[in-house]
Amino acid sequence: MPRPEQLLHTRVWRGGTDGQFQSYDVPRQESQTVLDVVTWIQRRVDPSLAYRFACRVGMCGSCAMTVNGLPRWTCRTHVARVAPDDRLEIAPLANLPIVRDLVVDMREFFDKWREAKGQFVPTATRHDPIARVCPDSPARRAADAAIQCIGCAVCYASCDVVAWNPKYLGPAALNRAWTLVRDERDGERRQRLSAVVGDAGCHACHTHTLCTERCPMHLSPTTSIAGLKRAAAIAALRGEL
Amino acid sequence: MIRTDWRNRGHSAYWAFLIHRISGLLLAFFLPLHFLALGQALSGESALDAFLAWTERPLLKLSEIVLVFLLAAHLTGGLRLLSIEFVGWHRESQKALLAVAGGVAAFCALLYALNLA
Ligand code: SF4
Ligand code: SF4
Ligand code: FES
Repeated sequence: MPRPEQLLHTRVWRGGTDGQFQSYDVPRQESQTVLDVVTWIQRRVDPSLAYRFACRVGMCGSCAMTVNGLPRWTCRTHVARVAPDDRLEIAPLANLPIVRDLVVDMREFFDKWREAKGQFVPTATRHDPIARVCPDSPARRAADAAIQCIGCAVCYASCDVVAWNPKYLGPAALNRAWTLVRDERDGERRQRLSAVVGDAGCHACHTHTLCTERCPMHLSPTTSIAGLKRAAAIAALRGEL
Repeated sequence: MIRTDWRNRGHSAYWAFLIHRISGLLLAFFLPLHFLALGQALSGESALDAFLAWTERPLLKLSEIVLVFLLAAHLTGGLRLLSIEFVGWHRESQKALLAVAGGVAAFCALLYALNLA
C-alpha cells in the first residue's frame, strides 16, 4: 500500500519527434495504472497533454506507450509492477511517427495488415450452409492460438527489424496472415503466402522474439511467423509459389 | 519516430541473434585470410613454414580457440534457425534449444583447446 504523501517521479514525452521529456510529480495511489498517471497529469496539470485510450480494460488496443523503455498497454500495467523505485518514464511507441506527445500515427501499422492480405476471403456465400470447422483440428488450433490480437502495436514497437527495414510487415500483420493461412474456409491462401514471403515479409524476421516477450495478450507472433516460413517452404517445394 | 529502447532488448534470443550475426561477419573476414595463408604453400615451403611459426604465438592460439567457438556457434545457431523454419517455434522449448546450441559450441571450443594443450 503506497503512503498517501508518496510521489511518482514521472517523465513524460512532450512534443513531436524533436520533443523532450518533461517532469511531473504524481501522487501515488493504490492499484494505480500507468494510464491513471497520464490521465492525472492531463486532468490536473496540463490539459494539452495528448494521449489515446478507450476501453481501459485491455480490449481496444489504443493505449500502448513506452513505459520505462518497454512497450506496454498502459491501462493494464500497474505502476507497482513497473516502477518499484517510483520512477516512471512514459514515451510514445517506438517505430511509428509521433503525432504529438504520447500519440503515434498508426496508419502504416494497419496499412501493413492490408499488404499482408489480412482480410478473410470467403469461399462460400450467405446462401450456403454454415461451415463446420472442427475446433480440435491442428489447423484451427494454430489459428485460434493467434487470433486474440487487439491491434495494440506493442509487438511492432518492440521489433528491431521494423526499425532496420521500414518495409517489413511486422509481427502483428504476419500473425494475422497466419490465422488466415490456417483457416480452412479462406479462399486466398496462395496469394496471401506470396504477399508475406521475402525480404519485407516473414523471411525478414530474425527470431529476436521480443514481440512474443512483450505481447500483452500473450500471443506468439514468433510462432506464427515460423509457421509462415514453413508453409512458404512447403508451398515452394510443391511449386505453388 | 523514436527508436526501440535498449532496455527492450535484454533477452536470450536477442543474444543468440547477435552472436550469429557477429560470428558470421568475422568468419566472412577470416576465410579469405585463411585461403591466403594456405596459398603461401604455392610460393614454397619456407614461406608457409614461416607463417606457421608465426601462428604459434599464444595470442594467436587463443584467437584460434575463439574462432573455433564462433564457427561452432554459427553452426549450432544455423541448425536452430533451420529447426525454427521447418519444425516450428515453441515458447516452452526455446530456452532449452538456446542452451543446447551454446553448450555444444562451448564444448567444441573446449575440445579444441584441450587438443592444443
Ligand atoms: S521474432 Fe521476428 S517479428 Fe518478433 S520481434 Fe523478433 S524479428 Fe521482430
Ligand atoms: S500481436 Fe499482441 S502485441 Fe501485437 S498488436 Fe496483437 S495484441 Fe498487440
Ligand atoms: S485502453 Fe483499451 S486496451 Fe488499454
